[in-house]
Amino acid sequence: MSELLLIITLAGERVAILAADVESVVEIEGLTPVPRAPAHVAGLSALRSRVLTVIDCFASLELGCAQASGIREAIVIEADGHPYALLVDSVEDVLEYSGEVRPVRTALEGGWRRAARGMVEAGGDLLLLIDTSALLAGPIAQAA
Amino acid sequence: MDDLLNEFIAESREMLEAIGGEIVAWEAAPGDRARLDEIFRFVHTVKGNCGFFDLPRLEALSHAAEDVLADVRAGRRSADPALVSGVLAVIDRIGDLVQALESGASVSSADDELLIAALHRSGGRERPAAQAVAAAALDHRRPMRSIRLSVDLLDRMMSGVSDMVLARNELSRRLREAPTDVAVEAAFERLSACIAEMRDGITRTRMQRIDNLFASLPRLVRDLSAELDKQVALEVDGGDVELDREMIEMIRDPLTHIVRNAIDHGIEGPAERAEAGKPAVGALRVSARQSGNQILIEVADDGRGIDGDKLLRKAIANGVLTSDQGDRLSSAQRTALIFEAGLSTAREVTAISGRGVGMDVVRANVERIGGVVDLESKPGQGLRLTLRVPLTLTIIPALTVSVAGQNYAIPRSAIEEIVRSKNGSVRIETLGGARVASIRDKRIPLLSLGEVLGTSAFAEAAEQCLIVLKPAGGDVYALAVDVVHDHEELVVKPAAPVVMATGLYAGTTLADDGSPILLIDPSGLAACAGVTLDQNEIEKLKDKPAAMSEAPREQVPALLFHGLDGTKRVIRLAVVERIEDVAAGAIKLSAGRLRVAIGGTILPLAGCGDAPPKGPSVRVLRLADGVNELAYAFGDVIDLVALGTDLQPADVPGEVGGVTLIDGEQVEVVDSYWLFGAHARDAAAGKLVCAIPADDPWMANILRPIVESAGYAVVPAGTGALADIVIASAGEGTEAAGAGEVIRIRSSLEPADDNDGSIYRYDRAALLSALSRRAQGRKG
Repeated sequence: MSELLLIITLAGERVAILAADVESVVEIEGLTPVPRAPAHVAGLSALRSRVLTVIDCFASLELGCAQASGIREAIVIEADGHPYALLVDSVEDVLEYSGEVRPVRTALEGGWRRAARGMVEAGGDLLLLIDTSALLAGPIAQAA
Repeated sequence: MDDLLNEFIAESREMLEAIGGEIVAWEAAPGDRARLDEIFRFVHTVKGNCGFFDLPRLEALSHAAEDVLADVRAGRRSADPALVSGVLAVIDRIGDLVQALESGASVSSADDELLIAALHRSGGRERPAAQAVAAAALDHRRPMRSIRLSVDLLDRMMSGVSDMVLARNELSRRLREAPTDVAVEAAFERLSACIAEMRDGITRTRMQRIDNLFASLPRLVRDLSAELDKQVALEVDGGDVELDREMIEMIRDPLTHIVRNAIDHGIEGPAERAEAGKPAVGALRVSARQSGNQILIEVADDGRGIDGDKLLRKAIANGVLTSDQGDRLSSAQRTALIFEAGLSTAREVTAISGRGVGMDVVRANVERIGGVVDLESKPGQGLRLTLRVPLTLTIIPALTVSVAGQNYAIPRSAIEEIVRSKNGSVRIETLGGARVASIRDKRIPLLSLGEVLGTSAFAEAAEQCLIVLKPAGGDVYALAVDVVHDHEELVVKPAAPVVMATGLYAGTTLADDGSPILLIDPSGLAACAGVTLDQNEIEKLKDKPAAMSEAPREQVPALLFHGLDGTKRVIRLAVVERIEDVAAGAIKLSAGRLRVAIGGTILPLAGCGDAPPKGPSVRVLRLADGVNELAYAFGDVIDLVALGTDLQPADVPGEVGGVTLIDGEQVEVVDSYWLFGAHARDAAAGKLVCAIPADDPWMANILRPIVESAGYAVVPAGTGALADIVIASAGEGTEAAGAGEVIRIRSSLEPADDNDGSIYRYDRAALLSALSRRAQGRKG
C-alpha cells in the first residue's frame, strides 16, 4: 500500500506531511493581524469567501518568527471545520511512500519533537513526518 | 421507491411533531372535536401509507388506533384517560418505527399486541369499521404548496449568496474608484437590488417558526407532571416568532432542560403548594418574543425558586468558594451560583433532571451561540429564566471602526451611541490610572481599543471616537477608537478556536475589499480589560485577591463625603458598614474619649475632634475592620467614587492619611488604619473564646469565620476548654452551658415558640449582636 506525501521546506528543513491532509497550496499576501492571539497565529487571510487562520510554523516550532514578508507560500488544511493556512518556506514535491512510519530515535530540538509523528523514507531520503495538528496547536496547548 | 419512502418518513415525522400538542389538548378536553379529527387524520394517513409500502406492523398499530378513534368520533366510546394513554403509546411506537425505518435499526415487536390490547381495555364493545367517516374527514385537508430540501443545500445556497454579496461589494468599490457611465451604474444598482432581495429570501428559508420548538412542550410537561405526581398548567405564547433553523436546533436541548428543571425542582407537589397557599396546579409559562435582532425566550414558573443560601452552602462545601468569599456575595450572585459546575440544588438525583447535565451546561450551550441566560428568582414564588439569542447565526449589522490602522467590526446590537471625545459634553478623567468618561451626566468606564488589543497607546490629545457599548447582560462602558467607518451588514463566520480563545472576538467577516475583519465581542473585551459586568461577578470575586496584589493600578471603591467641618473627604467603602443618624444625646465624652451609643453598643466616635458635634442629630459612618467597630461623624454623602493609588501622604500620621485628586479637586483621604489603631485599640486586647461543635460541618465551615471575624478565638466544644460563649444547635442538650453564655442556632426561619431564644442561622445581625453583647458585657 502506498500513500502520498507532500514534501515541504519548513524552517529550513525538508519535511513531509500527509498529502491527504492538505486541501490546497496557496500564495498568501497581506495578513490581518489578530491582536492578543498566541504568537503562532500570524493573522487572518481570505481565500475566496473563506477566512483562513494563518499559522506561523516558525513560531509554532518555537524557532522564532518567520522573517519573510510579501507573498508567501502556504498549505491549506482543515481542522474541526475551520480552514487554516500553514506558512511554509516552500513546497517541493509530492512523493509516494510505503506507508511505513518509523519512530524517531534521536533527540529532536524543541518544537520539532512535538510536531514529529515519525520518520518516513521517500525518494531515497529520510524525512520527518510532521503532524499538522501539532503545528496548529502551537506551543501553548502543549504546555497546558 | 426510496424517494417515496423518504417522503413518507419525513411527512410522518412532521405530523408526529405537530400532533404531540394536539393529543394533550384533546386529553384535557375530550369533547374537542377538531383535535380528535386532527389525531384521527394522522393515524389514518399513516395507515394508508403503510398499506402502500407494505409495512405490516405500522399498519396494524395505526389501524387499531384508527378504529378506537373512530369509535370515539362516532360517540360509541368516550375519551377516558386509559384510552388517551393507549393512543399516546401507539403514536409513540409509530414514531419509533418511523425513526427505525429511517436509520435501518429494528424495534422489538414483542409488545405491539399489548399496545393494541390496551386500546380496547376500558371499552370492550364491538367495533364496526368507520371508513366512511374517515374518507369524509380527509376531503378538507388542503396541503400548502411546499417542497422538502436538505439543510445542506440551503447552506450551500446561503454561502453562495454571501459570496455574491462580497463580489458585489467589491464591484461597487471599483465602480466608485473609476469614473463610470451612468448606464453602467444603473445596471449595477439593479443587480444590487436583486442580490439584496435574493439574500433576504434565502435568509428567510432558513427561518422557522419557533412553534417547531414549542410543539414538543405540552407532551413533555404532561409526561413529566404525571410521572412526578404534580399538576402543571402549561401556557405557551409567541410561537409565531421566527428564528434561524439552526438556532432552533441549538436551543432545543437547553430549553427542554430548563422546562424539566422547572417541573422537577421548581414546581412543588400539590401538598406542598397547598401548604404555601398556592393553587394546587403549578403554572409554567413559556413565551418567545423578538426584541431588536434578539429573540427572548422566557420560562417562568411559580414554584419554590432557587434557594441561594443552600446553593452557597453547597458551593462552599464543594470548594467552589471559600466561606469568606461567600459572605460577600449578594443574593443575586448566590442565585447565579446555579450556573457553576456541579451545583445542582436537587436533594436527590431524580430520573428527570438527573444530576449529570446542570445549568452550567445550559449556559455554556446558549453562550456558544452568542446568547445569554438571565435568571430572576423569588424564593417561594417562582423562577424566571430568560434566554436571549441572536436572530440568526450568519448576518449581523455591524459598525466598522479602525484603530492603529487596522479595521475591526463591532456588533450593532451592543452599541448605544457614538460620541466624539472633543465634544463639549464629553469629559475624560483619569482615576488611579483608569479612565472614566463623563458623557452628559453619566460616568462610565472608558477603554481604549488599541490598549486592550495592545496595538497602540491611548492618545489623550488626539480626537477619538467613543462608542458607548452595552453588551447583552452587562453594564455600559465606552470604547475609544481612532476612526468610525460605516454601518454594514456583515456575514459573520466563526473564527478558529485559537482565535476565539483570546475571548476578545466573536467571529470573523470579510470586508468589501475581501480582506478579513475581526468582529469584536463587547462583553469579552470588557471582561478582558477588567471592567465589571454583572455576569462575571462571581468569577471576578474569585479572582479578586490575585488581582489586588498583581495590579498596582487597581481601583478601590470609596465614599466621597463632606466632613463635619465642611472639607471633602474620601474613605474606602470596604470599611464602611452603614450610615446611621444618631441623636446628639447619644454622644458623650466618657472615659476620656467621645463615645456614641448605637443600638445597644458603645462605639468610639471619631471625625469631630474632642468636642461633641452640635445640632440635634449627627450622621455617622459605622466603620468596621472585621474585629473592631467605630463611628465616624460626618456631614453628608457626595458620591461613590473610584479611589486610585496616586495618594500624596500626609506629613504626620493622623485621621487624614493623605490627599488625592478626585474630579480634579484635592480630597482628603481618611486613614482608616490609623483610626482603628487610635480609637479601638482596647477592644482588640484579650480575645474572647467561643466554643463551636466541631462535628457540625455547617458550624465549622460557615459559622466559624463569622464568629472569628467578630473577634473571638474559636475552640471545639465539649473538649473542656473554658469558653465565654458556647454555640449550640437549637434542640440539642446544653451540657456545655456551665462555661458561659449559650447562643442557640436554629435552622428554621421561624422560632419553635416565642420564648425559644434561639437565633436563625442566617440572621447575621442577630448573631453578631449576640456575640458583641457578650464582648461589651465583659469590657464593662
